[in-house]
Amino acid sequence: MLNNRSLRISGVLAGLLLLATALVASLRFGFQPVSLADVVNSFIAYDGGTLEHLIIRSERTVRTIIALCVGSALAVAGTLMQTLTRNALASPGLLGINAGALFLVVIGITLFSLNTPLQLIWLAFAGAALAATLVYFLGRETSGTLSPMRTILAGVAITTLFVSVSQGLLIFHQERLETLMFWIAGSVSGRDLDTVSAILPMIGAALLLSLLLARQLNLLGLDDDVMQGLGLQVARVRILSGLLVVVLAGASVAISGLIGFVGLIVPHIARALFGTDHRWLLPASALIGAILLLVADTLARLMIPPREIPIGVITALLGTPLFLRLATRGSTST
Amino acid sequence: MNRQWVVRSQSDRFSVRASTRLLATGTGLSLLLLASALFSLSVGSYPTQPGDLLHLVLGTIDDPGLGLIFHEIRLPRVLMGILVGASLGVAGLVLQGMVGNPLASPDVIGISHGAAAAAVLALWLTGSAGNTPWMVPAAMAGALLVAVALVALVWRVGIRPARLVLIGIGLAAGLSALTTLLLVLSPDATAMTAYVWLTGSLYATRWNEVWQLAPITIGAVAVILLNARHLDLHSLGADMAQGLGSRITRMRLLFLLAAVTLTGSAVAYAGALGFVGLIAPHLARQLVRAGHAGMVWLSGLTGALLLVWADVIGRTLFLPRDMPAGIFIAGLGAPFLLYLLYRLKKRTG
Repeated sequence: MLNNRSLRISGVLAGLLLLATALVASLRFGFQPVSLADVVNSFIAYDGGTLEHLIIRSERTVRTIIALCVGSALAVAGTLMQTLTRNALASPGLLGINAGALFLVVIGITLFSLNTPLQLIWLAFAGAALAATLVYFLGRETSGTLSPMRTILAGVAITTLFVSVSQGLLIFHQERLETLMFWIAGSVSGRDLDTVSAILPMIGAALLLSLLLARQLNLLGLDDDVMQGLGLQVARVRILSGLLVVVLAGASVAISGLIGFVGLIVPHIARALFGTDHRWLLPASALIGAILLLVADTLARLMIPPREIPIGVITALLGTPLFLRLATRGSTST
Repeated sequence: MNRQWVVRSQSDRFSVRASTRLLATGTGLSLLLLASALFSLSVGSYPTQPGDLLHLVLGTIDDPGLGLIFHEIRLPRVLMGILVGASLGVAGLVLQGMVGNPLASPDVIGISHGAAAAAVLALWLTGSAGNTPWMVPAAMAGALLVAVALVALVWRVGIRPARLVLIGIGLAAGLSALTTLLLVLSPDATAMTAYVWLTGSLYATRWNEVWQLAPITIGAVAVILLNARHLDLHSLGADMAQGLGSRITRMRLLFLLAAVTLTGSAVAYAGALGFVGLIAPHLARQLVRAGHAGMVWLSGLTGALLLVWADVIGRTLFLPRDMPAGIFIAGLGAPFLLYLLYRLKKRTG
């Protein structure tokens, strides 16, 4: 762990350096590799006649931006959830928040033929909120605290439910396998700039707001009585961060489908490096989440060209061992 | 009046207690299943008269085409529905009883996912677009492998029910990612077949499949029935059960193995019909509360009923298309699960 301030600052700088590398890699590599010079030129001296410039401007830039934002959003959502529920396994994927968002988005697409990003994102928010409410009420014990085991079980049950109904609807609607995979296994490709520019500002705003909440979040680990004694309006902080989770997870799903495990893995890495102070933890999570998803997306493109592996598959395969370690380690009680 | 009936073997090795209500419900459900099966036989994409079936049995009609439809297409399909539904229902009951958590079911702890991943792997390796004979053994092996992995992972921390579920959830997530990966790697035709199969469907069931599945289901259910009283003990809590003379670890392994066998074989033949194992035991419990021996009977019947009806709806409501039964199971399971979770909440808090 990076214990003092200067170590942490250098940690963040190293992270930024890694992020820059991942960004460049994400722009450069793919089925058609593009040289660094062409990448730079496509931005400062765009030439629509050059294939390389076209690829960068029409496809790679957009997906790189999406991976960057979705990675940060999911990671921060996971951190917020783990703090809120005091459960090391909480994450938007595992507790069904992502699945809830997907469920309403798929209903919108298949039953009501909605397809503009602004329509879909509100559905995604509503779905995420629905799932979050369900999990909260089902996971709560008589005492009012969340039971880790019950929360997880309720989340998994809700996920099974929402995902299988969504799958059924997509099959019933005779969607192509690609569309099916896009939503169920997640992808950051194939989105246009309009979608991105409609949804990303919301992610940006939610990320900023979470950073502003960092101080209050630090106190959420204390006893309820102590928190109240310190003048913290516990309920307000909880509700606010709950809403942020809904926005972050909902927006991520609306733009890129189900990408699991980012929200689970990243907070653990961030905590191991930067400790539990949310003023460091939240930005670190955002940074690491972005790096992780950029690398995962670049790998997804390179492994079986000319096709791509759904990015959600890669994150899940990376995340499963960590989950199993957490689950057998036993910090999650019961 | 709710009289209790007891059947006990001389050595006291085996005994069953049943209330009048249990017997009545069980008989009622059996009759309902029979009626549903007959109904399922007489409807479908080929228009048949309700009386045709009777004529065929009595031999008063001589139509080889009709005979073919009833005997070769619909009958195996209905029987398969009953076997698979019963398997999943009983597997769900056993897991719920063992874990002591009403939300546990084969798909929650990853056993279905293991079977599915292995079956898709078989499809991928053989490059086949349809069912291959390899899918069945592969799915069983997959389910078993997951169970072994589960036990191995849980072993270090002690076979505690909650831990089992947690680790199962993790395995399930990894395995579905693996399944998706295999689907993406396969050619499109294979992938779509696999996808529909994954949703759960009884489409194109053949007799030999029924004959292969039947002994597995019956054998596993028999093992569970013979040891059902241990499940009753386990629901009192591990310490109490041990105090009363149940070998906890050994019994848990036995039940786990039985549940794995039931799930693996069911998934192999009909795909991942997620909710049956979750819903059936609860529906049964709504009807009667009894010891596990009685509940095995009822859960099996409820599971079979669920699947038979999901299949009837799937192949008649959207003619000429044959929708995978799994979609309706999920559609039926959705409101029920929410209700269940709500009730659970109300009872405990």
